[in-house]
Parts: sequence; structure tokens; C-alpha cells
Amino acid sequence: MLSDVLQDLLEEGGELLVQHLVLVFVSMAIACAIGIPLGIAAAASPRTRRFALAFAGIGQTIPSLALFGFLIPIPFIGGIGEHTAILALVVYALLPVLRNTVTGILGVDAGVRDSAIAMGMTPRQVLRMVELPLAAPTILAGIRIATVTTIGTATIAAAIGAGGLGVFIFRGIASIDKLQILAGAIPAALLALIADAGLGALEKRWSVR
Amino acid sequence: MPEIEFRNVGYAVGGRQILCDISFSVEAGETLVLLGRSGSGKTTALRLINAMLLPASGELRVAGRPTTAHDRVALRRSIGYVIQDAGLFPHFTVARNVGLVPSLENWPREKVNARVAELLDRVGLPSQEFANRKPRELSGGQRQRVGVARALAADPRILLFDEPFGALDPVTRLDLQNEFLRLRDELRKTSVFVTHDVREAMRLATRIALLDQGRLAFLGTPAEFRRSDNPEAARFLEVLRPDGAAC
Ligand SMILES: Nc1ncnc2c1ncn2[C@@H]1O[C@H](COP(=O)(O)OP(=O)(O)OP(=O)(O)O)[C@@H](O)[C@H]1O
Ligand SMILES: [Mg+2]
Repeated sequence: MLSDVLQDLLEEGGELLVQHLVLVFVSMAIACAIGIPLGIAAAASPRTRRFALAFAGIGQTIPSLALFGFLIPIPFIGGIGEHTAILALVVYALLPVLRNTVTGILGVDAGVRDSAIAMGMTPRQVLRMVELPLAAPTILAGIRIATVTTIGTATIAAAIGAGGLGVFIFRGIASIDKLQILAGAIPAALLALIADAGLGALEKRWSVR
Repeated sequence: MPEIEFRNVGYAVGGRQILCDISFSVEAGETLVLLGRSGSGKTTALRLINAMLLPASGELRVAGRPTTAHDRVALRRSIGYVIQDAGLFPHFTVARNVGLVPSLENWPREKVNARVAELLDRVGLPSQEFANRKPRELSGGQRQRVGVARALAADPRILLFDEPFGALDPVTRLDLQNEFLRLRDELRKTSVFVTHDVREAMRLATRIALLDQGRLAFLGTPAEFRRSDNPEAARFLEVLRPDGAAC
């Protein structure tokens, strides 16, 4: 009988795992597509920096279940399903990506930036050839933190019908079935560990360059 | 026509006057040393020359044209710039650091490579051995040599130095000063050299411009400087006296 349960879990689990990965991947891609350019702009202007970090910071403080809840009744951007979950995940992932992009660029040695300008690099060249490469390990560290968090937070997406490994966890809680809870929690935890190690290794390789 | 000309140049930040009514010119091929205490405005004056800063009043001419009328990027590429700790790009190899301005200027790759090899040999770093190293794999003195090679790369008419040898031990510093004199005699570049070390100023300068709290306190040859009765010059000359060295 136990093997029957396992069989079912395995079959359904594959599908949920893929859903989960898609949620995380799409959210992270959007968070990076917004966070990195915004971070670049914020590094260049103190005013943009204050606003951007404040907004991203506020997003971060909303409890995750509440944020999913808030988004459901909002027309167009909200509602039941994947897109609402992704929106919420982006809100959480944005701050680490944004903040580390800003920190990384502002952390570039003043003498190095100065000589880049003095040698006649255009602002765009300074950014592309000096600031971004030197900030890359820090930016990647932000992406890593955000990815690990998103993998965990994405389990809550099941609560608003977005699927993913959270489906097992919520079903397990509802039916007081520890096995189901673990079937969701363990793969999610493993996924987080793998992402952490993989991105960590990449980060290390970039910083020795 | 002087290569660089300060005409009543003033510079202020946030209502604070940092440079005040500075006028002097630098002739082609000469080495003008900007001497002054910490905070006297030497770096500020230097950065006005390559348009990293623009004068608040007066006018600064390079090659006969005000810096405000130059294309800034083009102007900077025609002026070599060396700072303390060299400001090398830590993620570039020595070769890529040295070849940077030629690459920005889209020289063909072989020409860049040949130029890099030539310059590294010229500053005493055999390119075989050093071209592929990263800056952190060099000593402070070697980094400074790379900094000089990088500044020379696109054959600029003007070189700016901001305390380039400030962080080096006295013996290495002397080596590099001698190297500087040798290169100067070979290449005949117009140089402006910032230092607070009066010995270095006396060794390297064809003329010394002494800055005191943002004003030009003295302008003349090292021999004239030695005889000057300007009070700020006298303070610097005290350092040169044997008993002055003790305190
Ligand atoms: N961006 C700035 N904002 C405010 N004050 C500045 C700025 N840049 C320079 N100053 C001030 O201008 C004065 C001259 O600075 P500058 O860097 O030109 O001095 P310096 O002669 O090069 O000194 P040092 O030998 O210590 O390098 C200093 O009092 C400095 O505090
Ligand atoms: Mg200075």
C-alpha cells in the first residue's frame, strides 16, 4: 500500500517539480530583468537609489501569505493562478538583486573608476568594461540569495492555485499526512541546496578572475 | 603656443573655494611639478586639465582650446594619466591594461599587441614574463611601471601624474624617478606631476608650481625655488636641510 502511495507521489511529483522550477525560473528572470537595470540606475543617482531601495524594501516586509492574498482580488494583475504567484515572487526577489547590484557597483574602487574615466572611456564603457565585471560576484550573490528564498516561497504559490511542490505540502497539512508534506518539503529543500551550491560555485569562479 | 594654459582659473565645490585665480602655462616638453601640502588643491588642478573637472571661473586651455570646447572623451584619450597605486583594472591582464586606450581607439589587434610589448619592455617589464599577469600578481613598483606604460600607450602629447610614486619604498621610488627622467628625455612629453615631496619635485621638475591653500604661491625653476623667499616655499625648503630631516 505504501508503494502505491509512493508511485502516485512520484508521478504527480514530477509534474509539480517542473511547475515549481518554472515558477522560480520565470520569477528570477523577471526580478533580474528589473533589478539589475534599476540597480545600475540607482547606483548612478542617489535619488533613484533612495526610492528604489525603499520600494523594494517595503515589498519585502509584506508577509508572503498575505501578499498572495492581497493580489487575488486585484483585476488584471491579480487573480488565481501562476501569473499572480510570479508577481508576488518577483516582489520578494527584487530587493536582494537590486541591493546587491547597487552595492557591487558602488563598491568598485574609486581609483579604478577614476582611471577608467580619465583614460577616456565613455560612461557606457565604464559600466560595461569596469563596473559590471567588478560588481558581478556581488550581483550574483544577490541572485543566489533571491533564488534560494524564491524556491522556498514558491511553495506558498500552491495556495492560490499556481501549483508547484507546495501542492503536496498544503494537501498534506489539510489531510494531516506527514508523507505528503515531506514529499513537497524535501524536494524543495534539495532544490534550494542545489541552487545555492551551483550559483555559489559560479560566484567564486567570477571573483577569482 | 603653450601646451596647457591656466588663465585665472578658479574652482569651487559647495560654495567653498578650492582653487583661486590660478594662472600659469606649461610649455611643450617640460615637466611642471605641482607641489603643495595635503589639501592645497594639487589633484583638483590636475583634474581640470583632462576635463574631469571644469573651471568655475577663468579658462583652462589645452592645445590652444578651452577644455570646455574639447570633446571630453577624445581629450582624455590624448592625455595619459597615472595615479597612486596605478588604478589598474584588477580584472584585466597587464597586457589588456596597457593596451586599453589603443583598443578604445580601435587600433587593429596586432598593432595593439606590438605596442604593448614595446612599452612593457620600455618600462623594464619583459612582456614575455609580465603580459599575462593580473595586477595583483605584481609588486607595487611593478604596478606603477604598468601604470606608466598604460599612460604612454596611445602616444599622448600630455602626461598627468598624481603622486604616482607616493606609496613606494624610498629605494624603489628613486628607481622609478630615474626611469621617469630617462623616459622624459627619450620621449619629450609634456608632463604635469603632482607631489608633496619637495625632494621629488627638485629632482624631476623643469619648473615648480607651488600651491598654498588653492593659490599659486610660487612658480619657477628648482634653482629659483631654492632661493625663493616665499614663506610657504621656505617651509618646504626646511625639509631639505639636514637638521630639518630629523623632525
Ligand atoms: N568633491 C569635493 N567636495 C568637497 N571638497 C573637495 C572635493 N574635492 C576636493 N575637495 C577639497 O579641496 C581641497 C583640495 O583637494 P585636493 O584633492 O585637490 O588636494 P591635494 O592637494 O591633492 O591633497 P593631497 O596631497 O592630500 O592629495 C581639499 O581641502 C579637499 O577637501
Ligand atoms: Mg591629491
